Amino acid sequence: MMGRRGDEDLRDTAMDEPELDRRLTAIWSTPAGVWGTLSTVDHKTIGRRYIVTAFIFLALGGMLALAMRLQLSQPEARFIGPDRYNQIFTMHGTNMMFLFAVPVMEAVAVYLVPLMVGTRNIAFPRLNAFSYWIYLAGGMLLWIAFAVDAGPDAGWFAYVPLSGPEYAAGKRADIWAQMITFTEVSALAVAVEIVVTVFKQRAPGMSLDRIPLFVWSMLVTSFLVILAMPAIMIASTALILDRLVGTHFFNPAEGGDVLLWQHLFWFFGHPEVYIIFLPAVGMVSTIVATFTRRPVFGYLAMVMALIATGVLAFGLWVHHMFVAGLPRLGESFFTASSMVIAIPAGLQIFCWLATMWAGRPVFKTPFLFVIGFVVIFVIGGLTGVMVASVPFDTQVHDTYFVVAHFHYVLVGGAVFPLLGAIYYWFPKMTGRMMSETLGRWIFSLIFTGFNLTFFPMHILGLQGMPRRIYTYQPEMPWSGVNMFISLSAVILAAGFLLFFIDVIRSAKSGSAAPANPWGASTLEWATASPPPSYNFGRLPVVGSLEPLSDNPETLPVATGLSVNRRELVVTSLVEALPQARESSPGNSIWPLWSALATTAMLIWSIFTPWAVVWGSIPVAITLVGWFWPKGVPEDDS
Amino acid sequence: LDPGGAAAIHIEHLIIGVVAVCTAIWILVMIVLGWALLRDHSQESGRSGERQLTLTVTAGLGATVLIITGLTIASFYTTRSIGLPENASLTIVVKGQQWWWQVIYADPDPAFSFQTANEIHIPVGQDVRIQLESADVVHSFWVPNLAGKQDLVPGRSNSIVLRAERPGVYRGQCAEFCGMQHSHMAMMIIAEEPALYQRWLAAQRSDGVKATNPEASAGMAAFLSKPCAACHTVRGTPASGTTGPDLTHVGSRQTIAAGLFETSRGSLAAWIADPQTLKPGNNMPMVPLTSAELRDISAYMESLK
Amino acid sequence: MRESVVYDLTNLPPHGLGTASLTWWGTLAFMLIEGTGFALSIVVYLYLMSLTPQWPLNAPPPDLLAGTVLTVLLVASLLPNILIARWAREQDLPKVRIGLIVMSLFGAAPLTPRFFEFSAMHIKWDQNAYGSIVWVMLGLHTTHILTDLIETLVLTCLMFSRHGDNPRRFGDVSDNAMYWNFVVATWLPMYVCLYWAPRL
Ligand code: HEO
Ligand code: HEM
Ligand SMILES: [Cu+2]
Repeated sequence: MMGRRGDEDLRDTAMDEPELDRRLTAIWSTPAGVWGTLSTVDHKTIGRRYIVTAFIFLALGGMLALAMRLQLSQPEARFIGPDRYNQIFTMHGTNMMFLFAVPVMEAVAVYLVPLMVGTRNIAFPRLNAFSYWIYLAGGMLLWIAFAVDAGPDAGWFAYVPLSGPEYAAGKRADIWAQMITFTEVSALAVAVEIVVTVFKQRAPGMSLDRIPLFVWSMLVTSFLVILAMPAIMIASTALILDRLVGTHFFNPAEGGDVLLWQHLFWFFGHPEVYIIFLPAVGMVSTIVATFTRRPVFGYLAMVMALIATGVLAFGLWVHHMFVAGLPRLGESFFTASSMVIAIPAGLQIFCWLATMWAGRPVFKTPFLFVIGFVVIFVIGGLTGVMVASVPFDTQVHDTYFVVAHFHYVLVGGAVFPLLGAIYYWFPKMTGRMMSETLGRWIFSLIFTGFNLTFFPMHILGLQGMPRRIYTYQPEMPWSGVNMFISLSAVILAAGFLLFFIDVIRSAKSGSAAPANPWGASTLEWATASPPPSYNFGRLPVVGSLEPLSDNPETLPVATGLSVNRRELVVTSLVEALPQARESSPGNSIWPLWSALATTAMLIWSIFTPWAVVWGSIPVAITLVGWFWPKGVPEDDS
Repeated sequence: LDPGGAAAIHIEHLIIGVVAVCTAIWILVMIVLGWALLRDHSQESGRSGERQLTLTVTAGLGATVLIITGLTIASFYTTRSIGLPENASLTIVVKGQQWWWQVIYADPDPAFSFQTANEIHIPVGQDVRIQLESADVVHSFWVPNLAGKQDLVPGRSNSIVLRAERPGVYRGQCAEFCGMQHSHMAMMIIAEEPALYQRWLAAQRSDGVKATNPEASAGMAAFLSKPCAACHTVRGTPASGTTGPDLTHVGSRQTIAAGLFETSRGSLAAWIADPQTLKPGNNMPMVPLTSAELRDISAYMESLK
Repeated sequence: MRESVVYDLTNLPPHGLGTASLTWWGTLAFMLIEGTGFALSIVVYLYLMSLTPQWPLNAPPPDLLAGTVLTVLLVASLLPNILIARWAREQDLPKVRIGLIVMSLFGAAPLTPRFFEFSAMHIKWDQNAYGSIVWVMLGLHTTHILTDLIETLVLTCLMFSRHGDNPRRFGDVSDNAMYWNFVVATWLPMYVCLYWAPRL
């Protein structure tokens, strides 16, 4: 209705390539300059930002780990005092779980999912921008607090009453709880975007059985986020209320209950570990398929395994509370359910092995990381099965055996695939290749360093060394192994350092990458490296699970979209039949204002409950600003 | 990993079994991995190959199901064979405190009840029920050589059964992070023949010994006049504070400060002189004392056998 | 890579409605999140209840009047809400405008009985865990009503502005109506839990 004269409803149907590129760039690209940077809603820019930020948190968390290893290298060492040490391990765990592992997986998904399903931007791109700002604010809150000696110190699961009003004076525990709010809000937002992108924005023809496995894994993960995160939101809110306005949720003297916290935390906390692990499964499947030159064996089985893991994830939480004094019969149930998880996990491992067996493996760096993943994750998974047994767990719970278990599954099961994924998708994201020679070195260092660091922790655990101790006495038979672990951690750290160096070097001066350097078969490789702001000049049409390997020369596409507004296609849930052309919101600064207003409210509310009342006014204003139509073609169709 | 208790022995068997099974699985998976990667990939396997793969994967899945069923059953039977608290002949209440263990031997006759700290004596060959409570935050009671661990949860009461098969001193410690000095929250379980145990009981029930030499009497006087008595109890004297451990027989215990030092006059003196440097953050303040007072009090403490 | 055109999208509508709309699915996803949250708050209530022999803790059961009035109001609001959803589908601007005003009133009205509900509980949030959970449940649901009320008010302004007559806005109106149904639906189990569970 806004007069746009001659080319009122111009379509891409008859347009030649350069003209199409010119017009699409004009409406999709992010303007240069600070303002453009702050107001962009391009999922690729935001995804890249998200990834870089998460890796910075990984590096920071790694430094904390080295500090812990320094302190633990000798008995009764005095490098770090108990108070600081407690902050350090709490920060390490909190940072790694909430600021690195979960966000990094979502970050990769924010970048890749729209490309893999063949659309032009993620659903709700402004929410996406908002979620990044909120994540950044939460991370900064935590680290600034740590820098001024107000870092949380009650462990990454902040058990009450240690984190409650009576035993945790100051604002440390509030900062922990509010940081949770930040990361949950951003994670939930991304989960919603991904679900809707996958449900409704798949390229025409990408029916459910043609969805790439990585996308499936992110879909299941997003549902886990949606169903699990409310539990921690309730828990952390109740904790803040107990601390701030004197409610009694966790106070046994007034009818509250200490174990309520543990139930709520682990009802979230267990799915959380699969929120970290399932995306990694998707990455592994993708890399395995590409480097064995064949589709993953047992697509349906893999999808079923993902879904089964997701469903089972909600029935296991009590295995973190085996020694809290719950009825034995109930615990036996949770032993059984935890063991059952081995079935989908095993199925996935077997399918990958079958793929490798039947394919023609090419040993490039991403694939090396996948092999390392199999070696390490199976150990971690099997120790998981061990601790799932109640009597076994009563001996090793809260010892270094558990520390070993979860680093085997977290680092082996998630970080290894992630590093492989970075090597694999780096060319797509930057247009440059990473170094293959350095890659091999990095893999060897990290693989060796990791095993030398964490394997001996199993032994320490069986020898009775509890976790979360800032020191131990010389009489205990633990000193030799601890020194060994600390030295090995240096190897591990060297590997990571080299990795960061390689990333920076390659981003600056790596050799140029073609559109599809690995000969892969998923849609993200059908466009240039790095992709243009609009991802695809014409939207691809999908006829099989492996769209690029059917016909590597030509890409089937659809035409008829408008070039006057940001436009993409909405397709049906199951068959992915086109239903409507839909506009996609343009750049906007309002998500940033909203994020700032929300941040101010949340941080203020650590100090007074009234912040929620007064602070929500600016939030509401910025939200109205965000949604109020601006008279651009995207708003008025 | 040198079990001296019934429960620990059952669990050790389970641990060895489960670890063995899992190691075998891992080795098998690694062999398959190596083979899958390094085999001669030149010949195409085709359709029959795919069928073979399906069969193999299904077989692997079947094996997984069988093994986890086995492991679940083994775990269940181990749980069953670990003692049940109902059959225990003796109950001791252990209360977790930041960062020490309050041990209460309750008796229907109050004259026979007494308290001690960080040291639990039990008779060999008997099921002893430890009733676990917490005064502040969550702790976890763990004596690896006797049994698995069990949490002490504020507002709840848990219990665990200990049964030592042979006499000895078993070290235990808090296993659930409980704050600043979680690392220094150990205890000693002393398992002794029933006769010795009875002797110990009798000794503990008596009041604190009267100071006999001049140094100790001076120490006692100082102890009672300084803030010490506000937090500690020495039965038989006016000192009846309850914030800190009961010191009636502190000299007879093997360690002080929850396993931090062996009990000796020197370590007592060092502790009293400056608890905050030795165990930063603990709840005992530094009480300013002259060096003479310090010497006397340490002597008195040591004499409280 | 060469492209070969195999599909023509020219004749698709420029905007999806109902299940073809992204916001519809987004709203659904947010409802799932909030629904999980509400369900968990009920679980916490029942969990705390199961821990003590006496419930409510040190308080008489809540008075029924305010809560019941609110429930009746909410249920009654479903009728205009369903109508407005239909009018939005028919893109009938005048009726939608009236409907929005009615719904704004229906959104604001429950706040009065809600105000009295807090005192009808006969307990404060800082007295014991029972007080804590009932206040939090009421508080959560009040926020729920408030956010939807604000959304309705903003939409009303929009529909009276020049941006109003637009299929996308009608889509927003029907999504908002769907959300209000959800606000009502979450209240019903909470009502049973808060007012009738203590009388068991
Ligand atoms: C990515 C993260 C991740 C993953 C994937 C897992 C996977 C598993 N975890 Fe782990 N975990 C993770 C992260 C954590 N876990 C923890 C703690 C933890 C505890 C509590 C321990 C305690 O506190 O005392 C238990 C019981 C388990 C069990 C399991 C099981 C059964 C699996 C299964 O999913 C593993 C399945 C995989 C298998 C089994 C290998 C492959 C299967 C094959 C090869 C088939 C053949 C196998 C058999 C026949 C058995 N975990 C903690 C500690 C939290 C804290 O206290 O701080 C963390 C962070
Ligand atoms: C890179 C090398 C790493 C090293 C050397 C390392 C080392 C350690 C150590 C020594 C502890 C135990 C602290 C204690 O109990 O006192 C620990 C705890 C932990 N680590 Fe790591 N870690 C590393 C990477 C990671 C990564 C990548 C993750 C997550 C993805 C992670 C997650 C955790 C968690 C959740 C804890 C528990 C914290 C707590 O007890 O509250 N770590 N780490
Ligand atoms: Cu778990």
